[in-house]
Amino acid sequence: MSIAREKKKPFLARTRSQKGFDWADIITYAYLILGTLIMLGPVLWLVTSSFKTPAELTNFPPRFLPYKQKTVTLPGTDKALPLFTVEIDGETKELAQLRRIGIEAQMIDPANPDAEPYRVNIADRQPIESISFSLDNYVEGVQSFNFLRYFANTVFVTVVATLITLLINSMAAFALSKYKFKGSNAIFLTMIATLMIPLSVILVPVFLVITSIGWNNSLWGVIVPAAATPTGVFLLRQYMLTIPDELIEAARIDGASEWRIFVQIILPLARPALAVLAIFSVMWRWNDFLWPLIVLTQSEVFTLQVGLNAFQGELNVQWHLILAMTVLTIIPVILVFGFLQRFITSGIATSGLK
Amino acid sequence: MASQQTQHHGPTNILELVLSWVGQVFIFLGDLLFLPLQRWFGVRSMAYVFVLPNLVIFGVFILFPMLLNFNYAMSGGGNLFPQERPFVGMANFAELFNCDNFFAPNTCSQDRFARASLNTIFYVLFQVAFMVLAAVVTAMALNYKIKFKAFFRGVFFFPVLLSPIVVALIWKWILQENGVLNAILLSFGLDKISFLTSAAWSKFWIVFISIWADMGFYTLILLAGLQAIPGELYEASKIEGAGRLATFRFITMPLLMPTLLVVLVLSLIRAVQVFDIVFAFTGGGPGTSTLYIVQYIYTNGFASPSRQYGLAAAASVVMGLVLIVLTFIQLGLGRRRS
Repeated sequence: MSIAREKKKPFLARTRSQKGFDWADIITYAYLILGTLIMLGPVLWLVTSSFKTPAELTNFPPRFLPYKQKTVTLPGTDKALPLFTVEIDGETKELAQLRRIGIEAQMIDPANPDAEPYRVNIADRQPIESISFSLDNYVEGVQSFNFLRYFANTVFVTVVATLITLLINSMAAFALSKYKFKGSNAIFLTMIATLMIPLSVILVPVFLVITSIGWNNSLWGVIVPAAATPTGVFLLRQYMLTIPDELIEAARIDGASEWRIFVQIILPLARPALAVLAIFSVMWRWNDFLWPLIVLTQSEVFTLQVGLNAFQGELNVQWHLILAMTVLTIIPVILVFGFLQRFITSGIATSGLK
Repeated sequence: MASQQTQHHGPTNILELVLSWVGQVFIFLGDLLFLPLQRWFGVRSMAYVFVLPNLVIFGVFILFPMLLNFNYAMSGGGNLFPQERPFVGMANFAELFNCDNFFAPNTCSQDRFARASLNTIFYVLFQVAFMVLAAVVTAMALNYKIKFKAFFRGVFFFPVLLSPIVVALIWKWILQENGVLNAILLSFGLDKISFLTSAAWSKFWIVFISIWADMGFYTLILLAGLQAIPGELYEASKIEGAGRLATFRFITMPLLMPTLLVVLVLSLIRAVQVFDIVFAFTGGGPGTSTLYIVQYIYTNGFASPSRQYGLAAAASVVMGLVLIVLTFIQLGLGRRRS
């Protein structure tokens, strides 16, 4: 329709033809590409850095890709010898360094190891390097950082908390949307009133409750307090209100128990809302920091986030391990995002949750 | 139910079968627990049974602590258990606001609270203003007729999924003394800057990093708002011969306003509670230059040698009040919108 109108208009009134770049296009693309650099660049930098050797990491100025010096093992030497290019008498040679004495290096030609070693000023040699993505940092990190324990703790918290949240929130939402009972309005309004009060406002009293139960340094102390999210109940209730009551009535006449109605009719029909809540719950729990930081003080119960923070706070910062562990922490998130991007983005856009 | 709808082959069938078995077991166990209750109390009363688990956890871990928070705020001493805490009335609040001059933190008896409050106010103003601006611009760019739309949308959104600790570590690595940003500065002939030990720079980077991490979320909401504007309006303005600026001023802006207000309030509420990124990035330093309210609460309640639960609770009551005011503003705006 619009094309037809466009054609009728006189030539000069036809603004912005479909063809060609105009200034708005250029500005938009320039902005998006600059934005891509700022958004993606830091993460790419983290990833390439995580493959560098500790020595390479202290190099300044740093290089984008991880390099490793080539080495050669010769008969008669027990260590691998680093390779350099050296210019001797106008000829460029690849030599292995035997040892270094002061500013002089004794170097040997790998092709001719029995010859007299060359004596070279250390300023005159250039290391031979190749790009190498070494997994050493990852291996060492997993061993010294107890990554697997923290990972298992975090997976446990995320999975169990999400299951509990989905179950009790959907049960409550079912009651609040499909039954008329005394106090239902009071319950709903109280929950709405606390919708925007985050855990960070009531840290001290929740800590008291946790301590009284004996859940200090227990993963249950992290899982349970935030399980009854008013946000989740609200979201699910609004969705369940759209499920017709006739379905429930018909099932009751057929003799289904209330629990069976909930599991076999309500839950399948509320699947889109449940999926949104599940995705958010996983995100909240995986990234949660402040509350686990308070509840968990012994390192064997740390979650990944708390562990990572403790690790970077240690006196001599071992960046090569931190970088590798950070990348490992991101991988599950990237995987989830890759599979569920559509759900996540539409979920946020429609619910305004975070 | 699901198994009836799908007619797949091979492993999917097995998966469906397993799932339906799990479902049957789930129903059976539930009935074992709930059917006697239903027989005893009647169908109508099952509502209470369904709401109970959520209500118990909500009551014990949200509602009760909320009320108890006032008890803590009005009692003193370092004991955690309420029965061992002497009532002190409004003394904690008086202590927090005991200032000769409210704009000079060193005249306050709780100078850390005053600094944290001022820092938070400045942080909220700058972070929200620049983030909403950047989110609007990004959403408009993504809504424009561009190629690789899905790619760009993903690029701007993905930091939202990263944990605050990861975000802090990524940037700490970039901004450290021998980091890549200093290398870039040097290559342009500038001097190195100690970003992490300078009060002004660390404040700046906290704002920048939290915008980097959160912007995608608000961009997405704004993008949905932009896409909800009917295309006929733009066509009509095209026919009228309206320029780009006029179209933006008279169509995009007014119709995006409700979404923009929601974004504004949501981001305000979030900004007031800034903690995680800062804690891992600067730990509140250097000095108190990036100390914010939640960290003040955390330090007093959980990380100082002598626990001052009263001060922590009083400060959290103050923060809660601010959040409630912001929530009411949001509700008011929401009502006006509908």
